[in-house]
Amino acid sequence: MSYPSNLRYTKDHEWAELTSDTTVKVGITDHAQNALGDVVYLELPKAGRELKSHETFGVVESIKAVSDLLSPVAGKVVEVNAGLAADPIRINQNPHGEWMLVLEAPDAKAQFAGLLDATAYETFVKSL
Amino acid sequence: MLKRTPLYEHHLALKAKLIDFGGWEMPVQYSSLVQEHNAVRERVGLFDVSHMGEFLVSGPGAVEFTNHVVTNDVATLVVGQALYTVMCREDGTIVDDLVIYRTAEQEFLWVVNASNIDKDFTFVRECFDSYPETKPKLSNESQNYFQVALQGPKAVEALSTLTKTDLTGIKTYHCAYGSVAGAHCLIARTGYTGEDGFEIYGSPKDAATVWTALFQAGDPHGILPCGLGARDTLRTEMKYPLYGHEINDSTHPLETGLAWVVKLGKKDFVGKSALVGVKASGIRKTLIGLQGEGRIIARQGYKVLSTDGVEIGSITSGTLSPSLGFPIAVAFVNKEFSEKGKTLLVQVRDQQVPFKICETPFLKLRSKN
Repeated sequence: MSYPSNLRYTKDHEWAELTSDTTVKVGITDHAQNALGDVVYLELPKAGRELKSHETFGVVESIKAVSDLLSPVAGKVVEVNAGLAADPIRINQNPHGEWMLVLEAPDAKAQFAGLLDATAYETFVKSL
Repeated sequence: MLKRTPLYEHHLALKAKLIDFGGWEMPVQYSSLVQEHNAVRERVGLFDVSHMGEFLVSGPGAVEFTNHVVTNDVATLVVGQALYTVMCREDGTIVDDLVIYRTAEQEFLWVVNASNIDKDFTFVRECFDSYPETKPKLSNESQNYFQVALQGPKAVEALSTLTKTDLTGIKTYHCAYGSVAGAHCLIARTGYTGEDGFEIYGSPKDAATVWTALFQAGDPHGILPCGLGARDTLRTEMKYPLYGHEINDSTHPLETGLAWVVKLGKKDFVGKSALVGVKASGIRKTLIGLQGEGRIIARQGYKVLSTDGVEIGSITSGTLSPSLGFPIAVAFVNKEFSEKGKTLLVQVRDQQVPFKICETPFLKLRSKN
C-alpha cells in the first residue's frame, strides 16, 4: 500500500493534490482501489458543478461493490477526466496518478492544508 | 469469533483478502477477481470450500429417509452418482439447496451451504425425529471434512498427476473414492462454475497436503487460487441459484426455476402437498436473465420496472460478466414480464437503466466429458 507524501487524504479514502494555490486534483486512494477490486464503472459530474466538502460527486463500481465518491474540499469542478471514465480499470493500476476531477476554490491551499497528511492517513487506514 | 477452514493459514500466506461469509472467515479474492475468473474459464482454478456442510445418512432406510426430506429422487441414483436438489418445509418454502452423493448402496453424503449448516441440521433432525418408518443413521459431519474445488478445462489433466483413479471414468455428477496425493478422498466431478472439474472431499488433516499438491499439479497450466468473488461471477454467468440470492426461506422451488428438482410423482415428502397446491393454483413469479449495455451493474435488491414504470420485481444477482464484458443480472419478477427479447428497466440509484430479457445460461460453454 502506498501513501505519497505530496498528497493529502480524507477518511472517505479520497486524495487531493494541490496543483496551484486555487486548484486541487482529486482521486481515490490505493487503499480504496484495493478494497474495491477490479473497477468496472465510474460516474463523474459535469464541469461547472459546485461541490461542498464531503459532497457526493460520483460513483465508482467494482464487480463486488459500489461506492460513492466524496469531494475532499469545497470547490467548482473545472475539469473532468473523461478518459478515465471510459477505461476505469486504470484506477486499479495507478490510483494516485489517475485523477478524476480538478476543483477550483479561492481557498484551495488552506482547505488542502486541513486534510490528513500521508502519515495521519496511513495510521487511520491501519486502524481500520 | 469467525470460523476458519483447515486452509486458513494458506490463505494468509497467499495474501488473500478475507471476509465474513456466513460466519466464516473466507478468501473473497487473492489476486484479481477477473484474473481468477478467467483462470477457471480458460485454464484451472482452485477454491477452498471447506466451509460447506456435510451430513451423512446411512444404513437401512437411508434411501427412503433422504427421499422423505428432499424434493428430488435419490432412488434413481446409482452408487457413485450425485444430484442437485432442495429441501422444503411443509409450506413448500426452501430450507436450502444441496448436492447429494450416493457413496454406497445405503449411504448418502449431503452437502449444504455453510451459512445454513445449523438451520439445516435442526430441520433434518426434526424430520428425523418425527419420521415414522425405519430410521437410518444421521449425523452432521461438517467438522470432519475439508472440501476443495478444482475447476476449469485443465482440471482433469492437473488432477490426473496426483491420483491412480481413472478420472475419465468419473462422468459429470458422478464420484468415486480414491487417493489424491496419498490422501483418501471422495473425488466428485461436480462444481458450481459451469466448467469441467472436481470437488474433492477428505479428512481435515489432509487438507493442506491436497491443497499444496493440487497447486503444484496445476502450476504448468497457470493455476490460480480463487476466492468467493470469482465463484460468484462464475455461477452467475451460468444462472446457478445461490442461497440468499435466488432462493431463500420465503421462496419455493417452482417459482425459482427449480421445478426440475421437484419430483411431485414421488411418494410423500416434506412440502409435497403445499407444492402440489402451488402448482395447481398457477405460478405467478419467475427468475429471468437480463443483459445490459454499457457497464452499469444491476445489483441484488435493485427494483425492476416495466417500461411504463410499474415495479414488477427485483434483482437477485448481478454483475459485469468477466467472460462476456457486459452487465448480466438475474431478476425475480411477475411471470407475465418474462418474454425473451423484451426490455425492462432497473432502478440504479437515480437512473432507470434498460436491460433486455435474454437466454440463460448467459454463457454458452463448450461441451464437457
